[in-house]
Amino acid sequence: MKLSESKRENFYFYLFISPWLIGFLVFALYPILSSLYYSFTDYDIISKPTFIGLDNFRELFQDELFYKSIVVTLKYTFISVPLGLFLSLIFAMLINMKIPAQGFFRTAMYFPSMISGVSMSLLWFWIFNPEAGIFNYILSLFGVKGPAWFLDEKFAMWALIIMTFWGVGAGMIIFLAGLQGVPASLLEAARLDGASKWKTFWNVTFPMISPVFLFQLIMAVIESFQVFTQAYVMTQGGPNYSTRFYVFNVYVSAFKDFRLGYASAMAWLLLLAILIVTVIIMKSSNRFVYYEGGRD
Amino acid sequence: MSNSVTERNTHVTMDPAALKADSRRKMTIGEIIAFILLICITITMIFPVVFMVSTALKTSKEMLQFPPTIIPRVFAWENFRTLFANEEIKFGILYKNSIIVAVVSVIGTVFSSALVAYGFTRYRAKGKRILFMLMISTMMLPYPAVMIPQFILFSNLGWVNSFLPLIVPTFLGSAYQIFLLRQFFMSLPNELYDSGRIDGCTEFRLFWKIALPLSGPALATVAIFTFIWTWNDLLGPVLYLSSQEKFTLPVGLAAMMSSKFRIAPYNLLMCASIMTTLPIIAIFASAQKHFTEGIVLTGIK
Repeated sequence: MKLSESKRENFYFYLFISPWLIGFLVFALYPILSSLYYSFTDYDIISKPTFIGLDNFRELFQDELFYKSIVVTLKYTFISVPLGLFLSLIFAMLINMKIPAQGFFRTAMYFPSMISGVSMSLLWFWIFNPEAGIFNYILSLFGVKGPAWFLDEKFAMWALIIMTFWGVGAGMIIFLAGLQGVPASLLEAARLDGASKWKTFWNVTFPMISPVFLFQLIMAVIESFQVFTQAYVMTQGGPNYSTRFYVFNVYVSAFKDFRLGYASAMAWLLLLAILIVTVIIMKSSNRFVYYEGGRD
Repeated sequence: MSNSVTERNTHVTMDPAALKADSRRKMTIGEIIAFILLICITITMIFPVVFMVSTALKTSKEMLQFPPTIIPRVFAWENFRTLFANEEIKFGILYKNSIIVAVVSVIGTVFSSALVAYGFTRYRAKGKRILFMLMISTMMLPYPAVMIPQFILFSNLGWVNSFLPLIVPTFLGSAYQIFLLRQFFMSLPNELYDSGRIDGCTEFRLFWKIALPLSGPALATVAIFTFIWTWNDLLGPVLYLSSQEKFTLPVGLAAMMSSKFRIAPYNLLMCASIMTTLPIIAIFASAQKHFTEGIVLTGIK
């Protein structure tokens, strides 16, 4: 009886999860393995892939555009991720104070995050227009002559980084929920002990929201490794490759140059990079992340 | 905006004495500064959106004027009509395509993710732990890392330039949504299923008649998220949709930007952006509570 019951459960378990299992095999596991295979081949999708060993990787390490795309992506990540996390946490803390119209502020700041990446890109390309754009007009009111932004290789990246400010609302909402989950009794105890606001933040509030912080950090890094929309819609990777993001570079080499083997090699390196960075962040997080009720 | 979450500890750090006079309490200097800062930040945040609407309502001539006007001198409402009537843009078709892809993806994702989540919640089985870990780890799998083999697969099937590569995978569940629904199903007590069991319901009926009807809010969250993700997705449609008749809104908008116009018609582009954003705003407004909860749920895990 017992055996048949566990067999029955086994059967239904696999029956119910079969959609995911099929999806996992066909759209995750198979692509990961086959892209590893393709990365050792020369393949243009029309003729059959030919095995060329490590040639793709050898070529990659001499490919200036490949290095450029790594530098561009890392630069964007190192500036926009900390800035975004910092601002969204600060804004969440401001809203979490005892002030009127909290709901309004929360909705208003989240609002730009509802607009799609493509629409946002169109809007900002117009705002940053060197001649008729409103950004340079506002700068001119302060006596600053604005640069040509997306038309100038020194400033295109900065324009993209400035844009991220309008996306902090999504992170802000998550931090706000985290802040509101900090038990009032802990804050009260800190206050009674005469702890300063600064000390209360670093010793009570931050440890309590550190798991949220960790999650946001990892997701933000993974996301910024995969920037595509801005490059595709606004800059096409230019000017002079100054916004040639990694994924855009993969896209061009796979779907414009039809070098699917070469692009697969890059895609695989991206997967590895994300894996390694995630592990590094997780490992180093032991120092700053506090789990209530211990770790399992 | 509903404040159920916010209200919980609005008063946390106050003395019992101060609590009484709470509503008429004067704000401290720090709170006043925070309030003023928030007003400035909010104005900065909202300004580009205001400028989007303003540009959408300008005539092509006023659009190029420098310095730019914030409130258009002439409201060019006909821009919206032009957008839908323009033969080259085919905005109506873009809209229809986006709706088809998004709605079918929502149905596929909600149904399949619920099935899988139910399986992971209700049954004990060999290999369950490992499979669950695998599923969680695929949440981190970057799409660009698998897009090339997927493309090769779909092009061998002859599915390129159709919606199939975009919608068929949604019927096989999404790791995020499975996880979210599993968390919800875990909170349903086992006793709920007992009566159904006694009545001799099949396992599928237990799922369909007991688990699903009780999961309205969670299913709504999954539906909303899936809709927004699909609606705004660019990379997938860019890879698979090659003819303009098949374009979804993001691809169509991007194409408008890069096309033959000497000066991009930003007023029309902004009209298109507004029309693209409206469904999202409508959904957000009607389901705010689920939405915020959902962000929090998926955000914190």
